[in-house]
This record gives sequence, C-alpha cells and structure tokens, in this order.
Amino acid sequence: MDPPYESANSTTALRIISAALEKGIDVNVFAYEGAVCLPLKDQAPHANPVKGTSVEEEEHPTTKAFISSLLAMGKLTWVNCGLCVDERGATNVVDGVKRGSPADFFKMASESTNTLVIPTK
Amino acid sequence: MIRYVFIQSRDPFEAREPQFLEETAIAVKERGHEVTVFLVQNGVLAARQSTRRLERLTQAGVTLLADNLSLRERGIRNEELAPSVQESEIGTLVDEIVQENTKAIWH
Repeated sequence: MDPPYESANSTTALRIISAALEKGIDVNVFAYEGAVCLPLKDQAPHANPVKGTSVEEEEHPTTKAFISSLLAMGKLTWVNCGLCVDERGATNVVDGVKRGSPADFFKMASESTNTLVIPTK
Repeated sequence: MIRYVFIQSRDPFEAREPQFLEETAIAVKERGHEVTVFLVQNGVLAARQSTRRLERLTQAGVTLLADNLSLRERGIRNEELAPSVQESEIGTLVDEIVQENTKAIWH
C-alpha cells in the first residue's frame, strides 16, 4: 500500500479487506513505509473551495475513518511497522492499530491461508 | 496443480510491465496450472475489446476478470468488454485468493 491519497492501491486494499471481513474471513494487515500513515488520527476532512462546498457538504473521506470502520467489524488485526512509524513520527493512530515488526508479518504469513503483498511505489 | 491469481493494476499503455505479466501468466498456464488475471484500477483499460490487448491470454485459456468499480470509474461499459472478460465484484477476488494452493501476485 501507499500513503494516504497517493495511489489507488490503498483504496483497492481497503476494498479487499472490507470484502473479506464481510465474508467472515480473519484478516491480518502489516502496513509498512508510507502506509503506516493511513490510520493517522490527526487526519481531518476538508471543504472543497473549487466546488464551494463546506466540510459537512463535502463529506471528505479519511483513511483513518475507513480503517476505524474496518476494525469495528472485528476479525481485523492491523499492525504498523514500528521502524516506519518512528521514521515518520506517525505514532498518533486510531484505536486498535498495533505496532510491530517484520517478524509479525512473517508470523501472519506463516499462519494464514494466503498472503497478498501490495508493494509500495 | 497450483492456482495463480495475478492482479493487474497497471495501465497497459503506460509501461511494458503488463506485457511481462502476460508472458508470465501464459508460461504458468502452459505448465499446467490454473491461472486467473484480475484487472483492477488502470489495469481494466486493457479490457475493452477494441484494444485487443487480452487476445494472447484468452487463447491460452487464462480466466479474465475485471473489477466493476474500476470499470465504472473509467466509463467502460459492459458491452465494450472483450467477450472473454467477466465483470466482477472485489469479493470475487477475495474468493479466488482464499482458495487452497493459491498464489496471489499483485502487479
């Protein structure tokens, strides 16, 4: 995946996760590099001056809201790479997001039916 | 036999990597494995029949699926699709990935 609002990969990843959870499948996510910013709590929706819409009218989606919704469905474990978090100062994340290391990714992959890697750019 | 699911997200007119994926998918299929290519994001730009971009994969017997949201975002109507391409939900991709003995490869 990529950082928020930089590529369609992250949107597709969130759609895949959502579809899997709706099917009752346990999902593990190991987010690395810029993707650790996807659940940042400091994200804020904004107005759209081009269209002249207010914050409320725009209903601008934030990736932190998507991830919170997915975590609320249960059966999702989201681990942010700790090294990537420290590099970016991306520590203030929504509730439920954990901190880990590539060892967690190895464990997830070892214990899962399958693993899909969506590389960064 | 192993099932391979290649997820093609890249614009076939922008770079040559999608051609590499096509060659890989055909080579795997020729070795007796089951192969699905799921087109998503700009990868669906190959799905229009008029582009003739998927003929080799079709002839090789590869299953071709295209993400419906990606198609709608790019204004590609169902009647424009190559006959071998099936419009699919993202949930279909999940169903493909969670099968036993399946390798899922994102490109």
